[in-house]
Amino acid sequence: MGYERQADFGTPEVCSDTPVTLTIDGRAVTVPAGTSVMRAAGQCGGSIPSLCATDSVAAFGSCRMCLVEIEGRRGTPASCTTPVEPGMVVHTQTPKLAKLRRSVMELYISDHPLDCLTCSASGDCELQDTAAEVGLRDVRYGFDGANHLGLPVDTSNPYFDFDPSKCIACSRCVRACDEVQGTLALTIDGRGFVSKVSAGQAADDFLSSECVSCGACVAACPTATLQEKAVKEIGKPERAVVTTCAYCGVGCTFRAEMKGEQLVRMVPWKDGKANRGHSCVKGRFAWGYANHQDRITKPMIRESVDQPWREVSWEEALSYTAGKLNSIKAQYGARALGGITSSRCTNEEVWLVQKLVRAGFGSNNVDTCARVCHSPTGYGLSKTFGTSAGTQDFDSVMHADVVMVIGANPTDGHPVFASRLKRRLRQGAKLIVIDPRRIDLVKSPHIEAAHHLALQPGTNVAVLTAMAHVIVTEGLADEAFIRERCDWDEYQDWSAFVAQERHSPEVLEPVTRVPASELRAAARLYATGGNGAIYYGLGVTEHSQGSSTVMSIANLAMVTGNIGRSGVGVNPLRGQNNVQGSCDMGSFPHELPGYRHIAGPEVRGSFEADWQVSLDPEPGLRIPNMLDAALDGSFRALYVQGEDILQSDPNTHHVAAGLKAMDLVIVHDLFLNETANYAHVFLPGSTFLEKTGTFTNAERRIQMVRKVMEPANGLEDWEVTQALARAMGLDWNYADSAQIMDEVARLTPTFAGVSHARLDAEGSLQWPVNAAHPDGSPIMHVDGFVRGKGKFMVTDYVPTDERTGPRYPLLLTTGRILSQYNVGAQTRRTANTVWHPEDLLEMHPSDAENRGLKDGDWARLASRTGETTLRVTVTDRVAPGVVYTTFHHPATQANVVTTEYSDWATNCPEYKVTAVQVLPSNGPSEWQESYASWSEKSRRISRVAAE
Amino acid sequence: MDVTRLRYMADQIARNLAPQGEAQAIEGTFQHIRDYWDPRMKAAILADDHAALSPIARAAVERLSRG
Ligand code: SF4
Ligand code: SF4
Ligand code: SF4
Ligand code: FES
Repeated sequence: MGYERQADFGTPEVCSDTPVTLTIDGRAVTVPAGTSVMRAAGQCGGSIPSLCATDSVAAFGSCRMCLVEIEGRRGTPASCTTPVEPGMVVHTQTPKLAKLRRSVMELYISDHPLDCLTCSASGDCELQDTAAEVGLRDVRYGFDGANHLGLPVDTSNPYFDFDPSKCIACSRCVRACDEVQGTLALTIDGRGFVSKVSAGQAADDFLSSECVSCGACVAACPTATLQEKAVKEIGKPERAVVTTCAYCGVGCTFRAEMKGEQLVRMVPWKDGKANRGHSCVKGRFAWGYANHQDRITKPMIRESVDQPWREVSWEEALSYTAGKLNSIKAQYGARALGGITSSRCTNEEVWLVQKLVRAGFGSNNVDTCARVCHSPTGYGLSKTFGTSAGTQDFDSVMHADVVMVIGANPTDGHPVFASRLKRRLRQGAKLIVIDPRRIDLVKSPHIEAAHHLALQPGTNVAVLTAMAHVIVTEGLADEAFIRERCDWDEYQDWSAFVAQERHSPEVLEPVTRVPASELRAAARLYATGGNGAIYYGLGVTEHSQGSSTVMSIANLAMVTGNIGRSGVGVNPLRGQNNVQGSCDMGSFPHELPGYRHIAGPEVRGSFEADWQVSLDPEPGLRIPNMLDAALDGSFRALYVQGEDILQSDPNTHHVAAGLKAMDLVIVHDLFLNETANYAHVFLPGSTFLEKTGTFTNAERRIQMVRKVMEPANGLEDWEVTQALARAMGLDWNYADSAQIMDEVARLTPTFAGVSHARLDAEGSLQWPVNAAHPDGSPIMHVDGFVRGKGKFMVTDYVPTDERTGPRYPLLLTTGRILSQYNVGAQTRRTANTVWHPEDLLEMHPSDAENRGLKDGDWARLASRTGETTLRVTVTDRVAPGVVYTTFHHPATQANVVTTEYSDWATNCPEYKVTAVQVLPSNGPSEWQESYASWSEKSRRISRVAAE
Repeated sequence: MDVTRLRYMADQIARNLAPQGEAQAIEGTFQHIRDYWDPRMKAAILADDHAALSPIARAAVERLSRG
């Protein structure tokens, strides 16, 4: 695609079943009732000059540029604020309008710097275009009256500048921040000529304001007032390629706007169905890591991990690695080998890694980072509903009446979805938050949760069972739905179980610490408030009862009939960009792609026939078991693609010991991550900008990732895996990633109708896409559950074995923040660090005071497994007895303190509950110091020239 | 394999399935180990002293040993 601005119809699309036909400039046009005259004109190919209108926000009608004449009406109404009416006859181009528009434009230009020739927006500026469109040739007022031309530029934001001298006070930015993003960071101060956009209080600049750097205002600004710094530095883009964000499970699509081989900016794609033209700071701006100096682009090997790395050619690296793999296999058997797939890589790349493990290594020892995040979702939802995925599309939230957010912090973890949710909440939907911490959503501008159940960490099942108790005992169950859709006998057993007095909110209050009356009110609201939708995150899954909690959630949705239509459902907010896809593609050791158990002879047979190998019918090892098996010598080689298990998995010491015990650790990544400190082979990876394939987001939406530049390391990740397979003697010959997707479709029934060609043509598809659902499935379980009858699962609260006591009296829970991403390998290598230079420990004022800790003090955080130090921030966001931190920085190594307790069904680690003590400290812990020096030593590279 | 850890895992599964009633919990624990554990983990728990396990986990492992 060459460079064209995205189409802008001036005012938002309207949904209405009532069509209205009118005539515009002699052409008949039919649009939904409620559409503006401006949008109708745009849809029939006309164009009305405008400045203050853009289709991401409601019309405002301030610039008077879009005037039109309507037969039978007096005056010249603004077309952006005038709705269409049947039979209306509109003229958009008349001499009278031309004159009026020219004078309006003249006023704007008289207060605008005339530096078009040197302005970075020249050629991409709506003011410039509109001036030309209205035929402005000359400004009668001169340029020396009062003006704003001398105002200083605010350069505080690392990604965009605010140059008020160019501002035309159209308020598009203010409305975008209010309506699209929902942060309400901007205001227009003053009226008329003196009006001026400002970020927050008078003294604030963008960086110190409430602004979260989502870029919505920048995208909405018609001039160069708000503009990406990169456009100034690199120049105007020349072409655009639509691709998908590689950060989180929202799956925003963007136009990667390029100049030559250089990425100028990522602009959210308006046609993207996951993000509908919006973005967050990560996808929009934090892509600089792709060219960071730390990136490794040459393969490297070493015999042992205390040696420096040696750069080698691809041939040498691959034949060395394949030779080692083959000899370990010959000596110790196939089950001594395994691999970890990446939720950051494409579906096609994940497919190849699991295929390499199963068909090449000959074991089922393949696992993925979903082990440590949403494995309980897969388990819990497949037991109850029959599929391992969320039930809704994101659009569904706009039809919800009651939204229950459990153990998730969408404004930080899933910001673009959070903006949609906030929009719905501002429209009046009710909110219930179940979270130990007062997340931002609980109270933010124009939003207040009806109920915040600030439970004791680790008591999710108790809280949800108590809610079920209220629903069942107060007669709020949707019996008609249950009789039709679920197994009635199982329901009877379950309802008798939850109705027992021991599950009442009153009896459980001492355990959950949630006031019984509040819990009852929340349960009633969810059951009776109309469409009830549940969104949950890692605060649900990362517990010893993660799977039970997911099943409790599914029970609640079934008992209230909140499943199978728009506005309801059970929605896991999935962490990484392609965690849904990596699970779909067969990354679990017990199942083949499409969530089908490896023991099933029919399914296994279909793979064996296609791949021409015989497969091990026994389940393989999960990541924690791989590490255990490494310590007893039965697991010896690991291929890790795009994951940093040393930093992201619990009990760092144990992970390190397991890795150290292996004969061969192959890390395939962009950077020498922490895991690479224990690796013998480093295969350089490619970024999402350098490859073609697909990601699947949290709504099961499969979207294209498109290569916009050549891989700096020379190969896309799937090509590296293929080359390794070939070096091991496998005859793989994929010419491109589209052929891999064809194989996925051939062997995976839920993907039967998916191909790159179809995705190119249709933009995206939501699985299942097959004969029963040829166009995909935005909402699941519409006419019945995938498993047949919905299954109520009896789940009871079992307290975690991780208990507080005199030595470790506090509970630590972990999470993440908006500007950083997981272990931070990418975001720490961007300017996003201005918002989060280090991990901080949140602590309640009373706990801090008891320990003599003040805001900003260094503290030692110790658990039964280890200790680390970090700085304290004192806040009542957390309850007394609870502390909270993030795990974005390797220096903190928060996982040094997390334990190996894990979900009973999936071994998803219990990150959300660790008993700890916090005491004043004056510097890094011993482990931090020794790790820092080891890590530095382990990263040495001796640069022997590679061919 | 670290058998203490395997015992803990088996007991934890049993403990979470217990509310479904004894018979179902034993069947559930057995199926879980059969479907999710790698052969060397199964072998290690089978070779271990079953008396160290909780009653439901023990019954499930015994069921596993019968194949
Ligand atoms: S970048 Fe986003 S949050 Fe910041 S002012 Fe603009 S719209 Fe608001
Ligand atoms: S900064 Fe841009 S969008 Fe905001 S009022 Fe000024 S010109 Fe309009
Ligand atoms: S919300 Fe997620 S997918 Fe969207 S831009 Fe941000 S990080 Fe990327
Ligand atoms: S575009 Fe309609 S008044 Fe500004």
